[in-house]
Amino acid sequence: MARPFSIRHQTGFTAIAVICFAALYAPIAILVIYAFNAGTSIADWEGFSLRWFVAAWNNSQVIEVSIRSLQIAAAAAVMATIVATMAALATTRTAPYPGLTLKYAFINQPLMVPEIVTAVALLIFFSRIKVATGYSGLGYLIAAHTAFCIPFAYLPIRARLESMDLTLERAAADLYATPWQTFRRITLPLLWPGILAGLMLTFVISLDDVVITNFVKSGGQDTLPTYMLGQLRRAITPEMNAISTVFLLISVGIVTLFFFISRKRN
Amino acid sequence: MPRGKAAKLWGVCVPDLPGKNAIEVRGVRKVFGAGEAQIAALDSVSVSIRENEFFTLLGPSGCGKTTLLRLIAGFDFPSEGEILLYGDDIAPLPPFKRPVNTVFQSYALFPHMTVAENIGFGLEMLGKPKAEIGARVAAMLKLVKMEQLAKRRTSQISGGQQQRVALARALAPQPKVLLLDEPLSALDYKLRKEMQIELKRLQNETGITFIFVTHDQEEALAMSDRIAVMSSGKILQVGSPWDIYDRPAVRFVADFIGETNFLDAEVVSVSGDRATVKLSSGSAIKATFPAGTMPAGKVTIVVRPEHAEVMPAGARAPVLGGIIENIVYLGTDTHFHVKLADGPPFIVRQQNSKSGPCGFDKGENVGIEISSDVAQILKD
Amino acid sequence: MASAAELAKTRARRDVRNRWLLSAPALLIILLAATGPLLIVLVYSFLAPGAYGDVKWQFSTDAWVSVLLERDIFDDTLSIADAHLSIFWRSVKLALGTTLLTLLFGFPTAYFIATRPERMREVWLFLITIPFWTNLLIRTFAVLEIIRNEGVVNKVLLATGVVEQPVQMLFTDFAIMVGMVYVYLPLMVLPLYASMEKLDFRLIEAGYDLYATRFKVLRRIIFPLVKPGVIAGSILVFIPSLGAYVTPSILGGGKNLMLGNLIELQFGQGRNWPLGAALSITLMAVVMVALLAYVRNAGDSEVRHG
Repeated sequence: MARPFSIRHQTGFTAIAVICFAALYAPIAILVIYAFNAGTSIADWEGFSLRWFVAAWNNSQVIEVSIRSLQIAAAAAVMATIVATMAALATTRTAPYPGLTLKYAFINQPLMVPEIVTAVALLIFFSRIKVATGYSGLGYLIAAHTAFCIPFAYLPIRARLESMDLTLERAAADLYATPWQTFRRITLPLLWPGILAGLMLTFVISLDDVVITNFVKSGGQDTLPTYMLGQLRRAITPEMNAISTVFLLISVGIVTLFFFISRKRN
Repeated sequence: MPRGKAAKLWGVCVPDLPGKNAIEVRGVRKVFGAGEAQIAALDSVSVSIRENEFFTLLGPSGCGKTTLLRLIAGFDFPSEGEILLYGDDIAPLPPFKRPVNTVFQSYALFPHMTVAENIGFGLEMLGKPKAEIGARVAAMLKLVKMEQLAKRRTSQISGGQQQRVALARALAPQPKVLLLDEPLSALDYKLRKEMQIELKRLQNETGITFIFVTHDQEEALAMSDRIAVMSSGKILQVGSPWDIYDRPAVRFVADFIGETNFLDAEVVSVSGDRATVKLSSGSAIKATFPAGTMPAGKVTIVVRPEHAEVMPAGARAPVLGGIIENIVYLGTDTHFHVKLADGPPFIVRQQNSKSGPCGFDKGENVGIEISSDVAQILKD
Repeated sequence: MASAAELAKTRARRDVRNRWLLSAPALLIILLAATGPLLIVLVYSFLAPGAYGDVKWQFSTDAWVSVLLERDIFDDTLSIADAHLSIFWRSVKLALGTTLLTLLFGFPTAYFIATRPERMREVWLFLITIPFWTNLLIRTFAVLEIIRNEGVVNKVLLATGVVEQPVQMLFTDFAIMVGMVYVYLPLMVLPLYASMEKLDFRLIEAGYDLYATRFKVLRRIIFPLVKPGVIAGSILVFIPSLGAYVTPSILGGGKNLMLGNLIELQFGQGRNWPLGAALSITLMAVVMVALLAYVRNAGDSEVRHG
């Protein structure tokens, strides 16, 4: 019997899609599998073992750079989300006012410039400041990360604000809530999922950054990604796979959490 | 209330009687945009709304009725003019400083709060003690018959129930005036009818002045003590439902509310509050005219379809004559679309009192009788 | 006494002022740690290189000249800088190739997701998003592992007897392209899906009703309707591909440089900072042109689709 004609079907599309999904996950799967290799090679399988996870855990340098990564990501995510929330409140739900378009362009600017260019620019700028002030702490990295994280926090928060019913705030004002009470009791609770999304996305983005960090960091300020980049240029052991696996788990965990939060919202 | 009831009972036009005005709108103008693109949403609007009145702003979308409501609520500020609440100008006050509450078209219930929390919100913001809020919320839930659902989230109740919560929430702080912005438009027909009665009951029980905005003429006629018909940012006529329907002052009002026949006529004489006009068919009839005007020369008169009657041609000397072009049977009544002898169309609505066909045929020559004093001369 | 209209005006003015104050921190951070430094790069590109990196504060257009030309150290004549040109060419070629390949694979994938039942769509989309949010470095590392001479791909090829010697894939342009297609594929699929999700399948029904074949429906109905998504996806892939740094430096080895690596090289010890700055500005200019083209195109289709 002939199959009913499906208007949605296109020849070969499903096959290509399946190949794409397989290709996206296969390399990651292999990387994770070899993290559990008992041998010292990432090519030959010599049995299951957790030795590389233990090795990574006992590698004080790995722990040090991981903690630094988390510190930077936490600081940048919190700062970026706070200022992006304020900026989103300032740029949505209003009649156009002078400077509004300029603000949009400015806030999204880090998205539009190639990372390597921003990295170079910050290298030049911060090296001058380092010389001038003598300060060479984590502040530079946190500032740089905050800057390129702002648009990633701004976009979901702005989307949330724009889909928010303005009459809810009007209703609150109608029911004697002052502007601050309206913000605390109505706007903020309703905006919360957007803020949370922004916080999680910026955390992941900051955690992942290689290029800008690589250029901005002073000596001894390696983060996990820059440390890994350095290691990749040497002999690779499954310890790298183990570190990557844990790293992947953190990112995927956060993104999954975000997925379920946004899903529940609908 | 008695004033309004008396007006309906006696079927007379009640002019603005001296009484306590809850809201007085004086020469209010509201423009949006600037320069060339400037649009006047309200153009020198003045109207007084009495205490305890069910007052309706009626008009098509874009006529300015919602703008006027928003100005009274404080969501917008007039470009010119004053809005008095019991004699005080409230136009410059922000919404949270006005003892006026709104029932929104979309209800605008806070989705992150329960039904009870929504109803108590206004009192909480006014800083009332917890005990008082609790008691008042309970009373409101009882008033709108929602006691069972106090703990529910607003997303878990039906549209009709949301409507009741919105009403209870707006009534809880006991506002001086309640504003209702097309609150029934999202409900289906049956629920809408129920809520109309419910709204009237609530107004009676609370004694609060209601200002109701709608584009639905039936709704306006059924519920209001007085109606203001608006168009293009102006109030065209204010009056009881009877005034508005039977004694329209201008063409727009006559046309917007119900079906109407427009006829050209010429004023022959005026005596007291009646004028004698000559129709283009040659017959002369008596017609009323808006108070304060003196009709003369060529005028337009309106006759409601149900105030005319079709009769066999030549039975009696009819006011008008013509040919039936179409007969539309509608169950309770029948519409006759007649082409008058001198050209214009004329619709007659006749109630189907007995069973059986109406006794007229398409293409038949008929006469049209217009009962006395049903024709009204328009100002324009 | 002030009228309501005057008060409203004062309020509006205060509102705009508050909005500026509220957005000030974000603008300031971006100005200090993103946009402002870009201006310094522009300034640097017109200075002379310092002896040990950095710059000498004297005006010079040498950096811009050497973006494309080479000065012979013996007779001072200028000739085309072949090394730079080949890197430019490789960058553009690889970026375009990556864009084309991601489109070729991404289009059917996005279509596949868009034609799933509603609940499943979210799940498939999530599967595309996960790699997007996982570390670029790790994903590149994963590609490196499988295309190495000892990697899975070569193992399979050797075991099945297709080849006798492992194929050298790593440290080639091919490796860079594979890596970039792999890491940027989600960037193509997401905007494509966004426009396909809005696709009205009744239009496709109408196409079939009017005697179109499957291919004609694809070419004449689906493709034109999702064109904004195609353009958005292409821009989103092209821009980071052109400026790619991590992928070519890991998969391309030291030899197969792209623009990003060339820029980085200029900032090493004793290198030419002004040249690096000029190259950065060049890269940014190309990206801006691509973005402008996109914005204009998006504006056009906005108008057409009302």
